[in-house]
Amino acid sequence: MSDTYTLYNPTVMDHFMNPRNMGDLKDADGVGEVGAAACGDIMKISLRIKDGRIEDARFKTFGCGSAIASSSMATELIKGRTIEEALSFSNEEVVDALGGLPPVKIHCSVLAEEALKAALEDYVKRHPEAAKAVAAQPVSA
Amino acid sequence: MASRGFSFPIPSMGPSEPISRVMRHVFLDHQSATPVLPEVFEAMRPYFTEYFGNASSLHQHGLRVRDALATARKQMAGLIQAENPDDIFFTSDGTESSNLAIKGVAYANERKGRHLVVSATEHPSVMNSVEFLEKQGWTCTRVGVTPAGLIKLDELEAAITPQTVLVAVHHVNHDIGAIQPMREVGRLCAAKGVPLYVDCEASAGWLPIDVKDWGAALVSFSAHRFYGPKGAGVLYRNRKARIVSILHGGVQEGGRRAGTENIPAIVGGGVAAAIAVERLQARIAHTGVLQKRLWDGLSSRIPYIQLNGPLPGPDRITTNLNLSTEFIEGEGQLLLCDLNGIAVASGSSCVSKSLKISHVLGAIGLDHALAQGNIIMTLGEANTVEDVDYVVETFATIVKKLRGMSPMWDEFERGVIDSVIAPTGRGKSFSAHAAEVSGKPAH
Repeated sequence: MSDTYTLYNPTVMDHFMNPRNMGDLKDADGVGEVGAAACGDIMKISLRIKDGRIEDARFKTFGCGSAIASSSMATELIKGRTIEEALSFSNEEVVDALGGLPPVKIHCSVLAEEALKAALEDYVKRHPEAAKAVAAQPVSA
Repeated sequence: MASRGFSFPIPSMGPSEPISRVMRHVFLDHQSATPVLPEVFEAMRPYFTEYFGNASSLHQHGLRVRDALATARKQMAGLIQAENPDDIFFTSDGTESSNLAIKGVAYANERKGRHLVVSATEHPSVMNSVEFLEKQGWTCTRVGVTPAGLIKLDELEAAITPQTVLVAVHHVNHDIGAIQPMREVGRLCAAKGVPLYVDCEASAGWLPIDVKDWGAALVSFSAHRFYGPKGAGVLYRNRKARIVSILHGGVQEGGRRAGTENIPAIVGGGVAAAIAVERLQARIAHTGVLQKRLWDGLSSRIPYIQLNGPLPGPDRITTNLNLSTEFIEGEGQLLLCDLNGIAVASGSSCVSKSLKISHVLGAIGLDHALAQGNIIMTLGEANTVEDVDYVVETFATIVKKLRGMSPMWDEFERGVIDSVIAPTGRGKSFSAHAAEVSGKPAH
């Protein structure tokens, strides 16, 4: 073989092989763990939030290459965003940033969005004072 | 190297060079394909250029390839110890052979009965042919298997009715390598007077096959599983089964399979069959040693890994290992194996376009979490002890890396969820946990 063929594009492969923000946050302010009913994958996102802004994010994923890449990219994208901004985060942003996913793998990016929203829900539950600030925003997509 | 050289963050994996130049290559997917042997390729070569005739032609060009077809028929018959080479039909591959066996017998016996019996772990080409017939009014009984994947003979016996026109039981399962008790199955079918179709796709060239011993009416296999080319499928059919054609056209293959014969592939397939007969015992011995070394190595290096299907021994083909590694998913394992030069397969839902786990893993009652972590390794004659040792080391590193990324491994270590393979008694089951966190649909 003079060439190496890959199942996903180079960006997805890079995030799969060298995932960003992999791990847990010991002092997390919000943790969300969701599973995909479709395939059985499970994704967990932990957030550290300060002054209404996502300071740090980590993920752990039980799933395929695109699920790992999606959670890696999602944590990269949401760092530095306000809660309000994060609440309107969409899986399409993950797909675009990854340069596209195969159609059958789009649900992996949806799982990343759900894990993030679940972590935000958890944060709001734990910090009722923050809930007031985002009361006007819908919590789930 | 068109794509970039990815750095691979496992220290022992070497520099981040283009993978194909630095890695050992180990092909462990012989269930999907095998390389064409040089002598097979050489035998095929003149049939592309010099001997290009059509076997239906009556001139010298046609008669020459007709002769080559007859030789290949004898060689294929020899592989399954069939007495009459005229019982060998050539098709395009195993899938076409299954379709012809199932639909051909069903349509031919429509007036006698419209009931079929198949084992629950047959290849998709059998399962989906049967489903197709069910939509047209046939009924089918799927006979269960034991947790090791062996057909339940009492269920099989009970399933056969006076309306049953065909029983289909594969010799060896393509996913878990279980060798079915064909002699017993054959006796049972003979006693009930129902023709038996045996899919030998996963066994031909790797295990002795004797159609007479089984009393099989139909047997299928294809050459690309035993070092022949793709495009040379076989359906053996003796007088015990009435069959009609499902491809309509000329009168090739005794009118059972219309269409111009793929002469080069058939010639190559015949030579591959003759070589398989010669090397059969050597192949079994060689892959048997590697299979044991591979499983012993993996099971001693990796905690919470299990072998699906029968233990290595008389009930399992020597080429197959079907593994479930707990707390991680199969596609990630497959991708990292590939990036390290190791070609494997998986029955996980993530690798299937339908997002469903292999129906075989479902049929043996494997826990969904274990099915998700499934990897299938199939050995061949070119694999070496060094290959096996490299796979053991590399796979152990891959498992460690993926477990480090998995929330399930972490939750297992914290006692939130329990192991299916070696329960500790702490925590809830993976499945219960997965159901909890996926309370709402993913879409």
